[in-house]
Order: sequence, then structure tokens, then C-alpha cells
Amino acid sequence: MAGALRNVPDVAEQTATPVIRDGTKADSAVVRDALGVGIAVGLSGFAFGVTSAGSGLSLLQTCALSLLVFTGASQFALVGALAAGGNPLTAAAGAFFLGTRNAFYGLRLSQLLALPRTVRPFAAHWVIDETTAVALAQPTRRAVRIGFTVTGLTLYVLWNLTTLLGALGAEALGDTAAWGLDAAGPATFLALLAPMLRTATEGATAGIAVLLGLGLLPVLPAGVPVLAAALAAPLVLWARGRRMTGPTGQAGQAGPTGTTGPTGRKDAR
Amino acid sequence: MSVWIAIGLTAVGCYLVKLLGLLVPAGALERPLVQRLAALLPVALLAALTAQQTFSAQGALVLDARAAGLAAAAVALLLRAPFLVVVGVAVVVTAGVRALAGG
Repeated sequence: MAGALRNVPDVAEQTATPVIRDGTKADSAVVRDALGVGIAVGLSGFAFGVTSAGSGLSLLQTCALSLLVFTGASQFALVGALAAGGNPLTAAAGAFFLGTRNAFYGLRLSQLLALPRTVRPFAAHWVIDETTAVALAQPTRRAVRIGFTVTGLTLYVLWNLTTLLGALGAEALGDTAAWGLDAAGPATFLALLAPMLRTATEGATAGIAVLLGLGLLPVLPAGVPVLAAALAAPLVLWARGRRMTGPTGQAGQAGPTGTTGPTGRKDAR
Repeated sequence: MSVWIAIGLTAVGCYLVKLLGLLVPAGALERPLVQRLAALLPVALLAALTAQQTFSAQGALVLDARAAGLAAAAVALLLRAPFLVVVGVAVVVTAGVRALAGG
């Protein structure tokens, strides 16, 4: 899903200190935070439903994605790649790579939630940007658990409901492009990307990825250019590593302190 | 059928990486390089996807009404508009430009 609220503390900063801080917070305040994020982001499932149906996926396929994948950026990426004529493997690969950041969220959450092993397979489905952002902002274990659960439940119910409504709406509208709805997908990606562009490193990565993605588009099969553009990330890290190892051979002098966690206050599952 | 294959692969893959984070011992993914790569990978993918879905159609580069819509969305983002407003602005401007241009 996309777009957690801006008053939720930055995930990257929070993840750097996975400690349960002292202090208490009323359950109702936690629930209010969680509902705010869950409702705001849950409504954006409408954009996904419209985009997916407009990309040629059936109602059942569209709803299956929101029910089973439940991580918005990956869902948008998949339907976009399929609409462009990509084969299922490359389309799924792009969506998968976008979803890998959730593993790093889970790593932080598992320490804070301290769930029994038997519960983890069920909680895992809700490990996404928004639930992480809300959970990491809470002061106590009880609040972390409430925040995670309420955000996850609200978001899951609303995201799937609005996906259905969006897909039905798109079918009723007919040509979604005439309504400008083909701009909803890229606008979502841009809204997810914007808060991640905090330093020159992210800017350079984004710039190179755009050049690779557009430059390779006419020459490679659909879906492959996006995967090639992902190489911008290791490329930029490698270039930076070389620069930092400079004449004295001392690496990490200007070490990247702010990049220890997955970025993305906003996302989509 | 191939759409269902893609959906199945994505659902299984995305679920497994979510579960992975909850199951692996803390520290396994803590290496700085892995963390930095994980933070930068979405940046590269989202940037490429934004550009492609704005400037391409049927495997060719094009410049159409979507570019205006995305430019409007970028302005909305700079003004710190909420997520739904950003997407709404992109849709409305794209539709408007298309209607004015007659297709």
C-alpha cells in the first residue's frame, strides 16, 4: 500500500534502535494512530483495483493479488509488467524484488513483537511498510502489538474492499485511459519513491535507474529493463565504496550512518 | 493462464520474504552492505517503474498526457499533499490534457 502518514516516525531511523523504550501510552492512543494509517492507506486500494482492471486483469485476479500478495508496490509492479506484455517470470521477479524489503521489516518486528513461533506464519502476511512504521513508533511491547495488529487488520480489510470496488468501478467505466486512470500507477510509484530520496546516493540511484529503465525499454523484452535498472543500486554502492576507500585506504570514514534500514515510510505492500 | 502463474509466483515469493524476516535469527541480515542494498533496491525499482509507466506504450518510448499528470503529481508531492491527493491530481490532469488534446 502506499503512503503511510507523515507523522509516523521514519522507519529507517526507528529501525536503527530496536529497543523498547520506557514509558507508557494509552491503548486508545495507539489504536488511533493505527486506524489513521490503516484507513488512509487502505482507501488507496481503490487506485490499485482500477489500475489492475485497466491493465486487463480479471476481477478475480485483481482481488487475488490484494488478498494473497498484500504489498502494494509489488502489486502495482506486477500488473504494470503484465500490461506491458512481460512474461510471467520477469513480471513476478520485479514484484518479488520490490517485496524483499519486507524481510528487513520482519527482522525488526520479530524482536519487538516477540511472537510465539506458531503465530509468526500468520503475522507474516501483515509485515509491510505501514504496520512496521506504526509498530516501531510505539513505546512498549503491548503498544507495539496493538499498533501492529490494528494497523494490519484495518489495512487488510480496507485494502481488499477498495480493491474490489476499484476493479468493479473500472469495469463500469470502460476505457480507463480516457479517465486518466493509467496515470494512477506511476503516480503511486512516485509517491512511494519521493520520501526515499533523502541523499545524493538515493538521487543518483534513481537517476541511473531511470536512464537504464527507459534506455533499455525499446531493446529488451518487456519486464527485463526494470530488472536491469535494479542494478543501479549495487552500482552506486560500489562507486561510493571506491570513493570512500580513498588514498589513505580507510574505508567508512564518511560512513553512511543514515542508511542502515530499509527506507520507505510509504509503500505499498 | 500465464497471469495466474505470475500471481502465484508473486504471492508465494512475497509471503516467503515476509516470513523470512520473522523467522531468521537477528543478525543474519544485519551486515551493513546487505542493509544498504536493501534500502537502495526499492529506490532503483520505483524510479524505473515510474519512468516506464509514464513514458512508454507497447514497448516504445512515448510522450503523452501521462507526463503532464506525473508532473502535477510531483508538484503535489513537493507541496506535501497526502497520498490520495497526489494520485488524484495525476489522474485528473492526465484526463484533462487528454480531453483537451482530443485523445
